[in-house]
Amino acid sequence: MGDKETNVLNKRLIFNQFFNYFCLALSVFALLPLFLIIFGVLQNGIGRINLSFFLENQPSPSNSGGGILNALLGTFYIVSLATIISTPLSILAGFYLSENRKKRFTELLYSMFNILQSIPAIVIGIVVYAWVVRPMGNFSLLSGSAALAVMMFPYISIAATEMFSLVPNNLKEAGYALGAPRYRLFFKLLLPTSLKGILTGILLSISRVAGESAPLLFTAFGNPYVNFNLNEPTSSLPVLIFQYAISPYKNWQDVAWGASLVLIISIIFLNIMSRYLLKVKKN
Amino acid sequence: MIKNHILEIKNLSVTIGNNPVIKNLNMGIPENNIVAIMGPSGCGKSTLIRSINRMHELNDNVRVSGEILFEDKNIYEKNAMFIRSQIGMVFQKPNPFPNMSIIDNVLSGYILTGKKITKKEKMEIAETSLKKAFLWEEVKDRLFERGSFLSGGQQQRLCIARSLALKIKLLLLDEPTSALDPIATSKIEELIEELKKEITILIVTHNTSQASRISNLTAFMYFGELVEYGKTNQLFTVPRDKRTEEYLMGKFG
Amino acid sequence: MYSVERKEKVFKTFVLLSVLVAPAIIIGMVITLLDGSILVLSEEKLNFFTTTNWDPINKRFGVLVFLVGTFLTSLTALFLSLPFSLAIALVTAELYKKNKIANFISFMVEIISAVPSVVVGLWGIFFMAPVMRELQLFFGYTPYGTGFLTTSIILAFMIIPFASALGREVILLVPEDIKEAAYSLGATRFEVIKKVILPYVSTGFLGGVFLSMGRAIGETMAVTMLIGNVNYFPENIFSPTNTMASIIANEFAEATEEIYISALMGVGLVLLISTLITSVLGKWVIKRLTY
Repeated sequence: MGDKETNVLNKRLIFNQFFNYFCLALSVFALLPLFLIIFGVLQNGIGRINLSFFLENQPSPSNSGGGILNALLGTFYIVSLATIISTPLSILAGFYLSENRKKRFTELLYSMFNILQSIPAIVIGIVVYAWVVRPMGNFSLLSGSAALAVMMFPYISIAATEMFSLVPNNLKEAGYALGAPRYRLFFKLLLPTSLKGILTGILLSISRVAGESAPLLFTAFGNPYVNFNLNEPTSSLPVLIFQYAISPYKNWQDVAWGASLVLIISIIFLNIMSRYLLKVKKN
Repeated sequence: MIKNHILEIKNLSVTIGNNPVIKNLNMGIPENNIVAIMGPSGCGKSTLIRSINRMHELNDNVRVSGEILFEDKNIYEKNAMFIRSQIGMVFQKPNPFPNMSIIDNVLSGYILTGKKITKKEKMEIAETSLKKAFLWEEVKDRLFERGSFLSGGQQQRLCIARSLALKIKLLLLDEPTSALDPIATSKIEELIEELKKEITILIVTHNTSQASRISNLTAFMYFGELVEYGKTNQLFTVPRDKRTEEYLMGKFG
Repeated sequence: MYSVERKEKVFKTFVLLSVLVAPAIIIGMVITLLDGSILVLSEEKLNFFTTTNWDPINKRFGVLVFLVGTFLTSLTALFLSLPFSLAIALVTAELYKKNKIANFISFMVEIISAVPSVVVGLWGIFFMAPVMRELQLFFGYTPYGTGFLTTSIILAFMIIPFASALGREVILLVPEDIKEAAYSLGATRFEVIKKVILPYVSTGFLGGVFLSMGRAIGETMAVTMLIGNVNYFPENIFSPTNTMASIIANEFAEATEEIYISALMGVGLVLLISTLITSVLGKWVIKRLTY
């Protein structure tokens, strides 16, 4: 190799190294807001976190103190009901999509699930308003759950499709060869073998919708008190944060920070836990 | 050959998509025999045994004409699931159900089809089936564990036990030893020899020496046709068809 | 025997019905929003799309400001996030593939998507807006803090997980043997990326851009909290304006008149159609790459 060639090669290598670091730097810089947000939420929210924050309802404008009990329970109920509504449908839909994988029609159906995933939450909110709130006459827990269920449905369905597709074909064949009808094969073989994966999908989709305010603004709406009634408006953490964040009261803003901390920790915890579950399954 | 035919295949043709995979095939399987089907890959031998317990129906675009009589009754006039629980099948790769314990695997034909049996029957069926499959001694202390510790050969015997548990009269084996080592293979071959006393066995193999070792009757298929079918020692020593001879000499596939 | 067949049929029916829920919801949504917006469309006709006068009191409804606001903020956000998303995609799918650094970065990026939009908005109001106010003062603009640029930056951050995951997906589609062939000729990583990977996946990136655009268009809460909510076109890059999603979020609950609700449903319809177009287009482009 001549000097000139060596020079060119060196230049190329240096440039290559520079490019590596440049991309890395951009990536880390993109994460900066995340750290700032987490830091900001910790800094402003941690002061409010104590036992009474979890045991008291949201404060009225004139009050100091107060907590998030109504919103916390509300989120819990709304999300649980949404999960109960969407899970069975999603699992059956996932079964269909995985069993008929190679058909044209299934491809079309599958793209419907992708499209459903991309519909903005706020649009789902007003449509569910038209479907549930208007006929029922008022904002309600049920309508909030319906809106979240619409959001969860494609997520869990796609996760279930993937999990069912992972079940080796030769196992299904063995089941059929023993004379098993489809529905028994589903309940006794497919569901048990892919349960863990589907559970992960459910947890992930919960972590996705638990922080959503847009679909709840005009469905579950809000309620200063704890509500269990399906037919009554119900508070939720994300909606509470929204309302208090844009309010002029310092106490309300503080509650919004505290609620954000609780929400963000729960969601990240759910997220990490479900990923961990999936990893355990893969190994 | 004097015995009754447990299975009678008449004018069977199978088309997958636009490909004729089996062309007008006639074949009788006498009771308590081991019948080997051999031929180069793609000759239709797997499709043939899959159409005997109607497994081919799981795929689309499969068309069948002709008759298959099992104990003198046309299987296409009965429910596919009923037929499958009467005719056992063991696949190339051992495929015990990973979500079930060993005993549940043996009883999976009952669990998956929802047939009710008592606890006592369960133990009886499990024990006799595992004994018949030469597996009882190896697993009797670990019946309620999952079978992940089993070797490939043991897993395959578990799959055979699973079929036997349904008290079948005909067992279809689709290259059952192709994924196994020689020692496990010889154990399975011994087992098949023993099973012959009670049931009829149809085994697909691409291994000619295996066919000559274990079968009473051998069929040679080529491009969807049944080229030659007869007593194993005859077929191997004096094949009537030139194509059989060429195949046995290793000329193709 | 008979009852098994019957159960089988019932099961099959349930399975088919469940899968048909997806198209049913989509079609139902379009019908509901069409039906809901008929009133305002028959009143305003094309003016609904071409005028800027949004005046609920005098019942005049034109959505042009929101349309423009939505597309401009989304496009700006897309451009802002592109270098970062591309860098993350390259780091995780090629440069540091299967490396601890890549694992850490992709994990943190996924955490971004776990942060609720409303929390991002809260942070934006109290941390980002003050910084933007300083910036606006420095350049001699009215210091609102909130507004077009603030929203676009936040949106850019929020679509990074989505855009970088798509980028990563298409980069991983490049066949290993093509890359290996390039390396075997003595190319450096950078050269392989520039001359082999990026040309190979360019259409895929276009699809990813469409899909990310759809994501940005529908983003509601953080945008509502930071856009400024005034019904004017942005005068400069800092000005407050409005978007389709935030006009719905802000006004739907207080809309009582039939025509007002109808107008907001109309906004919802436009929003839905916009995202349907971007997502179908995006999927189509990406699919053409894979086939």
